Parts: sequence; structure tokens; C-alpha cells
Amino acid sequence: MKQVGREIPRLEARAKVTGRAEYAHNLRLPGMLYGKVFRSTVPHGRIRSIDTQAARAVAGVHRVVTGDDIRKLIPEPYYGPAFHDQPILAIDKVCHVGEPVAVVLAGDPHVAERAAHLIDADYEELPAVYDEIAAMHPDIVVHAMLKPAGTNVALDYHLRRGDADAALARCEQVFEHTFKTQQCLHVPFEPFVAVAEPADSALTIYTSNQTPSFVRSEIARLFGWPENRVRVKVPYLGGGFGAKVYVKLEALVAALALMVRRPVKIALTMEEQFYMITKHPTTFRIRSGVGGDGRVVARACEVFWNGGAYADIGPRVTQKSGFTSPGPYDIENVRIDSYELYTNRTPAGALRGFGIPQLVWAYESHTDLVARALNIDPVAFRRDNILRDGRPQASGTAMKDAGIAAVLEAIAARMGWSERKFDRGAGTIRRGRGIAIGFKASISPTTSVAIVNIAADGSATLYTSTSDMGQGSDTAYAQIVGEVLDVEAEDVRVVHPDTDVTPYDMGTLGSRSLFHMGNAVRLAAEDARTKLRALAAEAGLPQGTNYPPAEIFKKRYGMQAGNVIGSASFVPTYKSPDPQSGLSDNVTPFWMIGGAGAEVAVDIETGAVRVEKLINAADCGRPINPAVARTQLSGAAIMQLGFTLSEIMHLDGGQVTNASLADYKIPGIRDIPPMDNILVEAEQHSGPFGAKGLGESGTFGVSPAIANAIHDAVGIRMTELPITAEAVFRALRKQQGRALEDA
Amino acid sequence: MSTRLINFTLNGQPVSTAIEPHRNLVELLQRFDLFGARESCGQGLCGCCTVLVDDKAVSGCLYFAVWVDGKSVTTIENLDADGQLSPVQQAFIDCGAFQCGFCTPGFILMSQQLLKEHPNPSDDDIRHYLSGNLCRCAAYPEIIEAVKQAAKAGAKAPA
Repeated sequence: MKQVGREIPRLEARAKVTGRAEYAHNLRLPGMLYGKVFRSTVPHGRIRSIDTQAARAVAGVHRVVTGDDIRKLIPEPYYGPAFHDQPILAIDKVCHVGEPVAVVLAGDPHVAERAAHLIDADYEELPAVYDEIAAMHPDIVVHAMLKPAGTNVALDYHLRRGDADAALARCEQVFEHTFKTQQCLHVPFEPFVAVAEPADSALTIYTSNQTPSFVRSEIARLFGWPENRVRVKVPYLGGGFGAKVYVKLEALVAALALMVRRPVKIALTMEEQFYMITKHPTTFRIRSGVGGDGRVVARACEVFWNGGAYADIGPRVTQKSGFTSPGPYDIENVRIDSYELYTNRTPAGALRGFGIPQLVWAYESHTDLVARALNIDPVAFRRDNILRDGRPQASGTAMKDAGIAAVLEAIAARMGWSERKFDRGAGTIRRGRGIAIGFKASISPTTSVAIVNIAADGSATLYTSTSDMGQGSDTAYAQIVGEVLDVEAEDVRVVHPDTDVTPYDMGTLGSRSLFHMGNAVRLAAEDARTKLRALAAEAGLPQGTNYPPAEIFKKRYGMQAGNVIGSASFVPTYKSPDPQSGLSDNVTPFWMIGGAGAEVAVDIETGAVRVEKLINAADCGRPINPAVARTQLSGAAIMQLGFTLSEIMHLDGGQVTNASLADYKIPGIRDIPPMDNILVEAEQHSGPFGAKGLGESGTFGVSPAIANAIHDAVGIRMTELPITAEAVFRALRKQQGRALEDA
Repeated sequence: MSTRLINFTLNGQPVSTAIEPHRNLVELLQRFDLFGARESCGQGLCGCCTVLVDDKAVSGCLYFAVWVDGKSVTTIENLDADGQLSPVQQAFIDCGAFQCGFCTPGFILMSQQLLKEHPNPSDDDIRHYLSGNLCRCAAYPEIIEAVKQAAKAGAKAPA
């Protein structure tokens, strides 16, 4: 291998360090209007009236638009990747604080903002429901009109493998625990931004988005247009993390631009991001039955996903991540009941792991508790129960190229788990260590298409609709093309998503790009290489000789002219789960494995937890660019560290009271513990040159590894995230029989 | 709204413009097609909008444009004015000290100022000095490495 495996800097490195990289954030077009969104102040209510008179009277305001105006343009202005349930602007009612109700358009964003403050909406407030368990009881129904009516359950997924209930009844040792996670969010530093530019019977959308092909088809569907009238262009993203999947601002700017026949830009503030999309809060009840030999023989999982006011991609989280709820263990009898619930919160969707970190939090905390109760070493207990290649996962799909044991052993070895004498601290500082592993199935079924164009001078250009949001996809793809065509990766040009030019891709999400698009890129490059050889034959060049491409073109066309265009699609096989049992023997094209080991020091006087060492490991297949792969692992783990120790959206009456980086604490440079990041290399046979996706794996184990370490240190079990000093202090006081009264 | 005429030096060139008093430095720079300073949190907490004013790093989102009247403004775009990346920029590339790149200009400008004041910073110095810059991709370990590498290379902030 000449190009695959090279640790080259990102292709766009120079553009990024000089501040010249292109983001949608930067875009300004002639005649462009800025939109400022007026948002609901109530969590649930019927709209009685919207008074826009004062806003319209502000000098410089071009127009004020409400849901009624949108409906004149689009009779059914509802969008969404799972259900078409989300209105472009609120119609008749609002379902969460911050829901867009009206938009002011002006040439100056400050004017638009000032005018938006003058809009007044009158609501008939309705009772609201915020908690996912409360939402299971249909006293308060978020959507009366939606399917299914009369309930908040947007989707329920059930899996039955063996007979978990009967097996649990037979087991002498049964353990049951409940774990919860909080609402938190992505916080991309380039906040959501989109620009729509109308033309004659067509529309161009420039957006910071991870799914340009979906945006195109969804906007076309809303307008009743063929797809080829909608062009979606995506430059670099200033972070995505799952926030910028599917339609976010795009339908709104598209409708506005068509209405006023001018380009329209909407760029959210940091505060507004707290009302766009978040990570699911969850409640997970997990019950395991263990046999006398320390083997888990049955597991029952009930998972309640708090999806907020609109479904977004939540129903797919519930199912596609739901079937991994029992964890990476070989369990004969499994029952999974997974529910996606509507509540009156900001919608929840995909966030770096697509629900997996919430699941791992519960099953690895539970696994640790079970091992402790049985007095079995937590690593040995995992080792004895682990899913090994060839064995069926709960869904019935056999594990393949899944380095679960390898990841576990790599972490244990790096921690010196068995051999090292661990310093348990003394006095008010107590130390402990914990370990956790998790896994994820890549989303399926999905399609990726790539085009490789070889110009007459032999230079290669790659066209894909993958959004590079920092994961390094441009660079990895260039290395793949370079490997196939025997050129330097740095010399491959990668064209960014432009749906008039770049072919279809399901989306840059779920760590799927390197595997799916990477395969398509490899096949497209191979197709180009085959066609180049055919061209050489046409030109009468002897077969089997290695003429430089430029020579072949010159010979064939008599001058430096022509192109060779290779294209390919990659669509892995898939079998939909049986609607009754939830089982499928081909549920995913590849498995992601990640884990963490944590050493912590707990101050028993204050509850402060200091992570003294964090070891992250993931099965990365055979990495295309190990340096970039390591930063993905490290970055994912640090992000999850924030979700573990500090990040939480506080609500008061549905209003987020800490919608700012001042009060919503993300990890800073002083919060980073000493870390070891281990790429566990294990060939993914179906991946491009053995590679697989890695963007999320680093998140899996962090939270439970830390909770397990805290338990090891001070004997308390944290069952809710985030694990703040206050929460630990309260738990310590409870342990001492001196619980704080206001708890 | 009334405007005020301001004269200042922008990346070494004298410029003047009329600007409303409520506009911030990031908006002013956008008028000159400079987009390396980016407003993100809008509260001076993330450092994405970092700009040097008279060689001192400021948060462009909190700094009124009119305040640069008579001053010298340096942005990220000027660091390779001679065609050469600064040692800090090069170190950021070598160490892979960014992912999405949105916060990177701010980190680089602050790191240059750090190295100007502390040519040989410890890890603690680096963490302390850069604590006002946030990176959601969390390239922090690589950023610390990059600053140390730049220090070794004898990085100097632009005069």
C-alpha cells in the first residue's frame, strides 16, 4: 500500500489554519435578506393570534412571515426523515419552547432581530409533558392529530429472542436496575446556517448540512418539484456531530426565498441551537438473569427515548440502536421493548452514537453491578460473556469482524488491570478504576454513489456528497483514490457536495461514510482505471504496459483532451427485522466496537471527581489514516466526557435556563485528563482496504467506565448523567445515612 | 442609523470605512471579506472570533468596530502574508490540531500571543493561557502538542 495507511495532514489543512476554509457561515449573496426567527415562549399551546404589526412597521423590514403564509405556498408544509410531522413554521399550535412561529426578513440582521422582538403571539396554554416515563401515560398528548393518535409513542420496537421471561423466572440470580440520561446537545461552533437562492423555477440551497441528498429530495417533495430543480451545496462544516442531519433550516429558507424572490439567509445564534435538536434523554430498565457459571442467560431491556416535540430521526434511533440494548454479550434469551416518545421538549435526534452511548451507559453500569454482586472480576465477567465472531447477536445477525474481545483486552492490558497494584488513595481522596465496552451496528439499508473523473493530463477528481465536518473524509477518500490509481493522495481533488454535480449519498452520519462511501470511492476509482485501460486498448497501445494516463489520452484523442469517468454505487445487503420478533440475520453491514478504561479520584468531602486517566480503544478495522483516526477516537471520548461530567440542559417550564456556553459547560482545555488512545487494528473484510467507521466509537464506554470507577473508589452507584460533584456529594451523604433534605 | 468614519490599519494596510456604532469587529472584518474571525457563542467565551488589536488578542464579537479607530488590526489571514505559514500554523498542521477548523484561527492567534509572552511554556502554561478558547471537536491534546512544537521551532508572534 502506497497511499492507504499514510498519516498525511488533512487536504484542507492550509485553508483551515489560515482562516480561509469555506463555510456556509461566510456566505453572502447580492440582494440577500436575513431572517430572524420569532419563537414560542410556551411549551405547549394553541396559537390564538400572532400580532406582527409593530414588526412590519420597523424601517428596513422587508416582510414578516407566519405559518399561514407558508401554507399558502406549501399546502402541507410538514417535513421530517421518519414522519412528516414538523411544520416549517408553527401551524395552529406550538409543541415546545423555541419552536419557530414567525420570521422577520430584513437586509440587516440587526433590524430583523429588533423587529422579531416586537412580534407578539397569544397562546391558549395546554398542559405539557417533559418526562419520557410520564409521556407513556396518555393524559397529555403532544400531537392529537398525528399517527398514532391518542398516544405519545411515536414508534415502538420489540425484539424477542428465546424466552427471556421464562429464563428470568428460572434464574436464581436476577438483577434489575434503572439508569437515566439527560438532555444535552451537539453545540457545533458553526451554528446552524442555511441560505436559499431562488432562480427561474429552481432553487439553490447553501447549507451547513450532513445530508445534502436528503435535503434535495425533501425540499423537492415539499414543493412538488422534480429533484433536479433543487440544488444543494455544502462547503466545510464547522462541526456537525449529528445535529446537521436531514432538514433543519433548509425548508424554511427555501420557502422564504421563493416567497420574496430574493436570497434568504438564516444563521442561528448559539442560544437558538438549544431549541433546534438535542440528544435523547432516556430511561433504561435492565434486568438480567445469571446462571451458576456466571453466564448471563437472560436479559430484558425496556428503553424509553425522550424524543421531544417532533420525531426527527428518533424512531430510527429507537429501532436501529434499540436492537443492541443488551450489549455486546452472548445471551440466549433477550427481550427488548424500545419506545420513542413525544414530549414538549426541544426535539431529539442523532448525536455521535445515535443512542448507543445512552444504551452503553445503562448496560455497562449494570454489568459492573452484576459482576460486583457475584464477586467476579468485572473484566473476567465480561470476558466470559462476550459476543465472539460467528455468534449471533440478539437480532440474530452473526458477529463478523467485530473486535469486541480485542478492545476489552487492549484496555485491560493498558490499565494493567490484573497485574498492577492499584493505589486506592487515602484520607479524603479515594481512587477507583472502571472499564466499559460497547458496540453499534452501522445503519442499514443505505446507498452511496461516487464518481472519479480522470482529466486528460492524468489528474483525478473525486465527486461525492459526503460532508466533511472535520472527520477527514476528503483526505481518506483521496488516499483511497490515490491507492487505486497510483497517484499521490495530495494530488486528488475532492469536490464538495453539490447535488447538481455530486451523486447521491444517504448522508454523512452514523460513522457510515468511510465504509459505505469509501467502498463506492474505491469501486469508482477501479471503474476509472478499467476504462483507462480500455482507452489504451482503443488507442492501440499494447496491453499490460503501464503508460502514463496523459500519454493514453494524447494517443487516443490526438491532443490533451477527453475524460475518463468512473462511477460506482455501494449498497450492502440487508434484511429487515421480522415485524413480530424483531429478528434479522442480516441487520448491519459492519459493527463498531469501542470501550474505555477510567481511573478516578473522588474527593469525599466535596464529591468532586477527577479523571486521572482515560484510556480509549476502538476497533478501527485497518485505518486509512491512523493519525486522523486517533484524533477521532480522542475527540469523541472528550465529547462524551462532557456529557458524562457536566453537560445538561436545565429546563424550567419547558424553557432552557442555561442556553449559553456560560452556563452549559462543555469540556475546555483544562478539563482534559491524561489519555491513551488505542486503535485496535482488525481487518474489516468488507470495508475499503479493510477500514471501517470510527467517528462514534470513542463515545461508547466513557460514561459507564467513569461511573464504575467511582463505585470502585467510594462504593456509590451513580445512575443518572451527568455525574456532577453535587450529585456525587448527595450520593455520598445518602450512603452515610445523612441524605441532604432538599434532594 | 448614523455611521462613524473610522481609520485603522488592517493587516498592514491603512483603510477607512463608515460604520454604525453597534456593529462589532467581526462584522467590520466581513466587510473586508475576512471571515477567519467567526462569531460563534456571541459572548466572548469560545474564542472563535479572536482578532489582534494593537497586537493584543480580543474577542471580536464583544469588541465594537468603532474602537479600532486609529489602531492596528491583525487577523488570521495575515499570518502567511509572505507566503509562508507561521511556525504555529505549521505546527497545527503537523500535529493535526484541528478537525472542523472553525475555532482554529482563534487558537492559533492566542497560541502566537502565548509564545510571545512565554517562549517556553509548560503544559500548565498552555492550558491556562488557552482556557478562553473552546474546541468542540476537542483537538485539545493535539493543540497542546502543536504549541510545544511551535515553541521548539522558536515561534515568534508577528511584529
